[in-house]
Amino acid sequence: MKICTIKDVLEAEVLCCEEEIGRHVYSACGSDMMSDVLAYVKDQAVLLTGLVNPQVIRTAEMMDMICIVFVRSKKPSEEMLAMAKESGIVLMTTDKRMYDACGLLYQNGLVGKKVTNG
Amino acid sequence: MAEELVFRFTVDGDDFTSAGQASVQIKKNLRQLGIPSDIIRRVSIAMYEGEINMVIHAKGGEALVKVTEDYIEIVLEDKGPGIKNVEQAMQEGFSTAPEGIRSLGFGAGMGLPNMKRYTDNMEISTVVGVGTTITMRVNLA
Repeated sequence: MKICTIKDVLEAEVLCCEEEIGRHVYSACGSDMMSDVLAYVKDQAVLLTGLVNPQVIRTAEMMDMICIVFVRSKKPSEEMLAMAKESGIVLMTTDKRMYDACGLLYQNGLVGKKVTNG
Repeated sequence: MAEELVFRFTVDGDDFTSAGQASVQIKKNLRQLGIPSDIIRRVSIAMYEGEINMVIHAKGGEALVKVTEDYIEIVLEDKGPGIKNVEQAMQEGFSTAPEGIRSLGFGAGMGLPNMKRYTDNMEISTVVGVGTTITMRVNLA
């Protein structure tokens, strides 16, 4: 799924790196626990989270994730925006709740992948 | 790469926000060296979890990353409280992190298990009241 499709499906507002929204994501992860996110390795995934702090951006950087969606209208700080810009990670915010946001993406064809080790 | 390369970092223990800076830097360094991206990801995730642990539990510490022809070695050394029961600490979900850390997205008892998950070898040397040294290796060959 293209990042621009995620934006449309979630009626989200893109906050930075708009030039990257033509890129594809192949899986998704919804969590507020960054250690859980770090337990799953997937290339080019999107992270959905209700957590707002710089470690969210860093976690995505470590995982080579290319897009983060903040649910429940949460907005990242300037510091987080700067970090995301440096790494080319698209940040967006949606008024949908986590469950609904994940459900909508799943329904539109972005299915999660099996958990794999390493 | 005929010679080994060593990168050293100081992990600042006062600021949770800055935790992970060394991992971000090592990721850049390894990319410049042309290391495969899956290896880079494993090294940087393991180191990131280690950095977070050092900030949460040990007021920071020192990180050293050695890159050789055959492997990448990460050594994390702190002068924190030490780990009382390593076997217990290795279990997924076991955590002694303060409650406040959970609201920041960590402290779920996944740090050490994740470090082991992403590396080929991990050794923990710890003395209660003195500190902990964790040595991890990711094979290149």
